[in-house]
Amino acid sequence: MSDTHALTVTFVRDTMLPPAPPPVGERGAVKWMRENLFSTPLNIALTVVGLLAVYALVTAALPWWLNSVWNAGSLSECRQIVAASAGEGATGACWAMIRERWHQFLFGFYPPSQYWRPVLALGLLAAALAPVLFAGQKRNLTIVLGSVAVYLLVTLYLAATPAGAFALSIAVILGMIGLAQVQPGRLLWFTLLYPALCFWLLWGGSIWSPVVVMAGFALLYGVFRLASPVIGLAPGAAAGILVAVLWWLYLDIPTARALQQALPFGLQSVNSDQFGGFLLAIVIGVTGITFSLPIGILLALGRQSDMLIVKTLSVGFIEFIRGVPLITLLFTASLLLQYFLPPGTTFDIILRVIILVTFFAAAYLAEVIRGGLAALPRGQYEAADALGLDYWRAQRLIILPQALKVSIPAIVSTFIGLFKDTTLVAFVGLMDPLKGVTQIVRADINWKGIYWEPYIFVGAIFFIICFGMSRYSMYLEQKLKTDHR
Amino acid sequence: MKKTVFFGALAATTLLAGLASAGTLDDVKARGELICGSNTGLTGFGAPDASGNWAGFDVDLCRAIAAAVLGDATKVKFVPTTGETRFTALQSGEVDVLIRNSTWTATRDSELSLDFVAVNYYDGQGFMVKKDLGVSSAKELDGATVCIQTGTTTELNLADFFKQNNISYQPVTVGDDSEAQRQYLAGACDAYTTDASGLAASRATMPDAENHIILPEIISKEPLGPVVRHGDSQWGDVVRWTYYALLIAEEKGVTSANVNEVATSTTDEEVKRLLGVSGDFGAKFGIDNAGFKTAIAAVGNYGEIYARNIGEGTTINLARGLNALWTQGGLQYAPPFR
Repeated sequence: MSDTHALTVTFVRDTMLPPAPPPVGERGAVKWMRENLFSTPLNIALTVVGLLAVYALVTAALPWWLNSVWNAGSLSECRQIVAASAGEGATGACWAMIRERWHQFLFGFYPPSQYWRPVLALGLLAAALAPVLFAGQKRNLTIVLGSVAVYLLVTLYLAATPAGAFALSIAVILGMIGLAQVQPGRLLWFTLLYPALCFWLLWGGSIWSPVVVMAGFALLYGVFRLASPVIGLAPGAAAGILVAVLWWLYLDIPTARALQQALPFGLQSVNSDQFGGFLLAIVIGVTGITFSLPIGILLALGRQSDMLIVKTLSVGFIEFIRGVPLITLLFTASLLLQYFLPPGTTFDIILRVIILVTFFAAAYLAEVIRGGLAALPRGQYEAADALGLDYWRAQRLIILPQALKVSIPAIVSTFIGLFKDTTLVAFVGLMDPLKGVTQIVRADINWKGIYWEPYIFVGAIFFIICFGMSRYSMYLEQKLKTDHR
Repeated sequence: MKKTVFFGALAATTLLAGLASAGTLDDVKARGELICGSNTGLTGFGAPDASGNWAGFDVDLCRAIAAAVLGDATKVKFVPTTGETRFTALQSGEVDVLIRNSTWTATRDSELSLDFVAVNYYDGQGFMVKKDLGVSSAKELDGATVCIQTGTTTELNLADFFKQNNISYQPVTVGDDSEAQRQYLAGACDAYTTDASGLAASRATMPDAENHIILPEIISKEPLGPVVRHGDSQWGDVVRWTYYALLIAEEKGVTSANVNEVATSTTDEEVKRLLGVSGDFGAKFGIDNAGFKTAIAAVGNYGEIYARNIGEGTTINLARGLNALWTQGGLQYAPPFR
């Protein structure tokens, strides 16, 4: 280095200055507020109005929440307690009502000594859904089944479950966790058995009725497997269905009765009119969701079919069901069907409602899935044909996986809508949690005049369930994201 | 053409259904259970409590019928019905009898093919206002806002009343009773109108009951009573006379507490016949000869039922008024039991 610079420059900094913090207005909360809340005069005005609204809401509602009363025998007692603690004229929430009536919001009139049955059915529902929702993922399966085991341990203990049932259910769930480590695929068998098990747990009665009904399905499958190599796929399926229907029509009840006499075993039977609250909503919602998806897929495929009769029937069904409001279908289920059935027939009202709710959801799902099918480029269909796949293989391996993936958000929306629509059954005299149970509670002279509390309680539970469904659909979309967007 | 066939078939089916179940009494006995169409929940008249047991003024009449026919007041299944489903539930045979504060009107009796067999409660539409409104008669409500439930006969009665008195009003429509009460308390309307019994129940549970008054005018007749299917007279008779038995019991001073004692000691011939001590009146109705006695023993006489559920001393605190016995200036009158 020459010393030229020593003559021209008196000082050369040879280290970096430490970075100064940005000015106050350009960092942290202030910057964020300036950019997001106070960037323009309009935004300033909106922010001020918004803050005022929040303030008004909080000042109006906060005392009501803070003065909550949990221990009281009636609404007037609640008011006295609030007046005593917060002064005359203060308002307060009266959660004592929930404390006294929560079991009716959850179970309706289900006999309290049998609460362990719906509780167990709900836990096993999660266990039965897990193999479908998290197919083949050991880690997620273990997490879900483990949570179910913990849930069952706690709730079954609280619900005073008979020791035998308690031990058996824990053994089943532990067995499933073990199986998940070795052969997670096998867990699907439990899923297939679950509907019969759930029916038996909820309605009770002899264990042989659901067993014999399931035997019909086994028969269907057996005949199909034996006959289809000989007479072909479709005739084989038809023969299987025929045999199963004959079984259900003529041999089902006598067999069940004979077995019950030989080996009597059963649970106390519970009538449908004792179902209510969230138990009813979940029974209708889950059954509707489970059965509407396959029906919806078939209807969507039928609508796209080239076969005239299949297409006409599908279009007719979809358009008819979508053309009438759900409430009309519910009234049909509750009132009109009674006229057409022979007098004295008792066709369970919950079953009637479930069937029509399922039809309703299936029609909507069919259109949602048709949207997914239409979104697929034509090349996919042609590629499937070029590979020499037959119709069902092409649908199963190429078309549906893509179409369903596209439709996931809309399908889950339909499910959430269906679950919330279950509250409409109040109009046919069933005890839904929102209107049915609330009305009963309000008819009690002790709680007459209570307004917000039941709505908030029921709304919170609905929110948790629907939010859960929504989050799962987002997870599923992430998992199935195979493109590189 | 197709429509005609459809409706023809529908009508025929309805008719058949009606004919085939024309023996409700036998059906109930064979089933061993009475299916009673009840309200989905109405304070004092019928609602399940915290443990799911139904109780109320209408519910007790159901229990009395079950006791008379089956000998056991607990053998009743209550089917909650809404305002829309109640009459169809009865017509289609889903319920045996409907005891659900239904107003007896000409249309329902004729067109709907139902039979109202008695009036177990005489109600009427009234008004509730805040005391500081300074109104003492419904005729002074000119220009007032009135909270009214939509789709009920009360809405029509209200319109008629204001028209007749040549005064104006502003309706505030609400969905149900609890919403009405809320709107009224929040000041959304000056007056709240519904059946007087409902007003009394609402007022009883308000935080400041003393600041509200129920105006003296009753602007409509609402005779509420048990309903059975048209054309099943035997069953209708059983329901009607079970109710009358409860009235006669009150008139004669027979209560649930003393019915057994009275049956052995009474010298009153009518009471003897009623309790099945003499004659075969119960048997003539097709029920156990001492069926009415069982009913009285199970739920008490009409006065007891009234006092227990809605009468003075309960929170609802309804005076007997029109529902007092005819001997005490009311309208409750049973034909002679002979």
